[in-house]
Amino acid sequence: MTMQKPFAITLDPGSSLANKTGSWRTERPVYVDRLPPCNAQCPAGEDIQGWLFHAESGDYEAAWRHLTRDNPFPAIMGRVCYHSCESVCNRGRIDTAVGINSVERFLGDEALKRNWRFDPPREESGKRVLIVGAGPSGMSAAYQLRRLGHAVTVIEAGPLMGGMMRFGIPKYRLPRDVLDAEMQRIVDMGVTIKLGTKVEDLARTMAEGAYDATFLAVGAHIAKRAFIPAKDSARILDAVAVLRSMEGEERPMLGRRVVVYGGGNTAIDVARTAKRLGATEAVIVYRRTRERMPAHDFEVEEALEEGVLVKWLSTIKQVDGSALTIEKMELDEKGNPCATGIFETLAADSVVLALGQDVDLSLLDGVAGLEIDDGVVRVDPATMMTGRAGLFAGGDMVPAERNVTVAIGHGKKAARHIDAWLRGTRLAPAPKHPVATFERLNAWYYSDAPQKVRPQLDIARRTSSFDEVQGGLSEDNALFEARRCLSCGNCFECDNCYGVCPDNAVVKLGPGNRFEFNYDYCKGCGVCVAECPCGAIDMVPEQG
Amino acid sequence: MNQAVKFYQTGTFTVGNRLLAPEQRTVQASIERNNSINSGHRACQGCGEALGARYAIDAAMRATGNQVIAANATGCLEVFSTPYPETSWQLPWIHSLFGNAAAVGTGIAAALKVKALKAGLAKSSVRVVSQGGDGGTTDIGFGCLSGMFERNDDVLYICYDNEAYMNTGVQRSSATPPGARTATTMAVGPAPGADFGKGKNLPRIAMAHEIPYVATATVDDLHDLEAKVEHAMTLHGARYLHILVPCPLGWGSASHDTIRLARLARETGIFPVFEAEHGEVTRVTKIRRRLPVEDYLRPQRRFAHLFGPKGNAEMLVRIQADADKNIRRYGLLDEEATP
Repeated sequence: MTMQKPFAITLDPGSSLANKTGSWRTERPVYVDRLPPCNAQCPAGEDIQGWLFHAESGDYEAAWRHLTRDNPFPAIMGRVCYHSCESVCNRGRIDTAVGINSVERFLGDEALKRNWRFDPPREESGKRVLIVGAGPSGMSAAYQLRRLGHAVTVIEAGPLMGGMMRFGIPKYRLPRDVLDAEMQRIVDMGVTIKLGTKVEDLARTMAEGAYDATFLAVGAHIAKRAFIPAKDSARILDAVAVLRSMEGEERPMLGRRVVVYGGGNTAIDVARTAKRLGATEAVIVYRRTRERMPAHDFEVEEALEEGVLVKWLSTIKQVDGSALTIEKMELDEKGNPCATGIFETLAADSVVLALGQDVDLSLLDGVAGLEIDDGVVRVDPATMMTGRAGLFAGGDMVPAERNVTVAIGHGKKAARHIDAWLRGTRLAPAPKHPVATFERLNAWYYSDAPQKVRPQLDIARRTSSFDEVQGGLSEDNALFEARRCLSCGNCFECDNCYGVCPDNAVVKLGPGNRFEFNYDYCKGCGVCVAECPCGAIDMVPEQG
Repeated sequence: MNQAVKFYQTGTFTVGNRLLAPEQRTVQASIERNNSINSGHRACQGCGEALGARYAIDAAMRATGNQVIAANATGCLEVFSTPYPETSWQLPWIHSLFGNAAAVGTGIAAALKVKALKAGLAKSSVRVVSQGGDGGTTDIGFGCLSGMFERNDDVLYICYDNEAYMNTGVQRSSATPPGARTATTMAVGPAPGADFGKGKNLPRIAMAHEIPYVATATVDDLHDLEAKVEHAMTLHGARYLHILVPCPLGWGSASHDTIRLARLARETGIFPVFEAEHGEVTRVTKIRRRLPVEDYLRPQRRFAHLFGPKGNAEMLVRIQADADKNIRRYGLLDEEATP
């Protein structure tokens, strides 16, 4: 068909779309997902960035449901987790880290307020799993296994659920109604709990209950002792017993002058508890310096604020009635404390030893195939399975860092591998994306927003009551805090790549579907890569 | 531009944001944007002008319900978009000569006025944009443009300023900054690159015509650029928008640095971003994080002779002084941020 054309025009007008400028390209942009540093760091394996994404839009229930895929205790963890995620948060290099822990607590509290429940499993697997210990690890595993449809029985030696979260963490850090509510929510999924029942002979319990698999998480409840020459009438207690008795009717009798021996978080907890019980003096005796103390510094700081005293570089040599003999120490080049031969006397009504805890492994007698190393049970770190097939273990009783978050992570990991084992398969480790580093971000796009700080109880009430020390964020502040997330390494659909392409070679696929490149026209200039705020685009050489 | 709510994940700086109401997002964030310059154009990798033109014309299209006719001066924008018989333009578009884009715009506006009057309307709903590079605007088309301004013709003139004649091989224009190497201002002799004390500041010349609206913008601040185009389309009479568009070829910069360089030009004070109505500055875009001019100059090979072992500290000082003057003149720093 020939159209009548104007003078001097010989060709039909055409579109530049005929010109496939993609052929100019030597490198091509590709969308990638990177592992945000917070997620990589979280011992419980939370998808922190994933749940913050929902919180950012104010959909707190979706955020809570996303969070609890990995960790069923956000209200607890929002209080007691040491949030190592925040110390690796890339935002910390712009202004201050995102207050992940405070948003987690907000979500956990919101769930309690709104009475959000976990859905019971859609169908029953017909398999029976025994869990020994209703602490963080055991209950985390119970939750995950129940979600997968297994019949779960938890046997707990103590009178209440929670394990060390109840008997090791004081109320002023974790109110018991919060602990009870998050434990009960798991029971409500249809988990059977037997409290006050000590498993004496595991092999027999397993056989009698006809369990298909077992997860052990008995914790470390036996206080380590140190030999201190002591004469009559010396009142020497251990930290575990003191903290446990706080849960009973009778408060421990510590007296007015309390000395705590040790430098871990438990030592701090005992000293702060003693203060609240009315001690006029609570003194921590620790043989090294503050920098070398295993306790978290913010807890040391809070204790000092409350009037707890610390004798650094000191050991207890002898206890004689109410007089302690303290020897001053000094650090050698390696940082090890050495005796100096300089002594002093300290008056005390009681001495509490906080020197660490051991695991009571007596229930394992007669269980074949187990390997015990250094007082803990050896497991395959990939699956949490012990030397005996079908018997898994986690939490403080296996070789790992001992804290609640690690324990919850063990419970989840073990549950997944128990589930695979019950189905006669092995779970291959999921491939992990490389970490989203700060250098990959374009920080220009994140506007300045300092962290919202949680309110703290005033000092007078902190030292006279067991009221919770740290408050929660208001909804406004929690929303603000969630929105401070940079979404490191994962597209959050800011439309930058779509907007900045000089060649319209980015195709927007609509909400939730991200983008794709049109390589017919992409010239490979790399502007999208440079201007992606969160570093979710890589430039790779063209092949051939 | 004056968003009440800040979204800190994205600030207010990204192209879009799922947390913003759709009407507060940029035109460029929309799947329905016009893509006034289609794919397949022959601009270099990372071309700032292709980007700036799409930003500006798409915004004008949205502001007018797609009722825009564009007149184009000769230059990169014309050559890379429309090699006969292909074109990238997805709107009525006319190219006549290098120097007459403003005059062609005037003519179209006049014709539209007559058509409207004949149809019994007070005004045509079709609006006119004339556009060109810095050469076609500040040098060759300057007479036509000044005429368009003084007659207050109903045309928005957009200058995409990449600071030299890039299409013909990077020759100096009256918008080339001092110190910059071009094919006609070589980096040789005691005063390498373009001379100090020469060239024109066209936004200020436009302001001197006291026309309804003059504004500057860069390709790094899309919200600002679009808001200015939209505002311009609500006004009638002569309007002038001057957009800084980095040129990887002419500036000797990496193709992926196009937006970054535009940002640095603004944050160093090299390129002041402001609006003026009837000859008076009404608003400036403040510098967010002030940086030394060196940060802007170093990534560009056209300024390479200022650095390195030979270097030219004296010229650097003069360029910094020019940026400082811009900062003073337009008040680009918040009070507390003033060093």
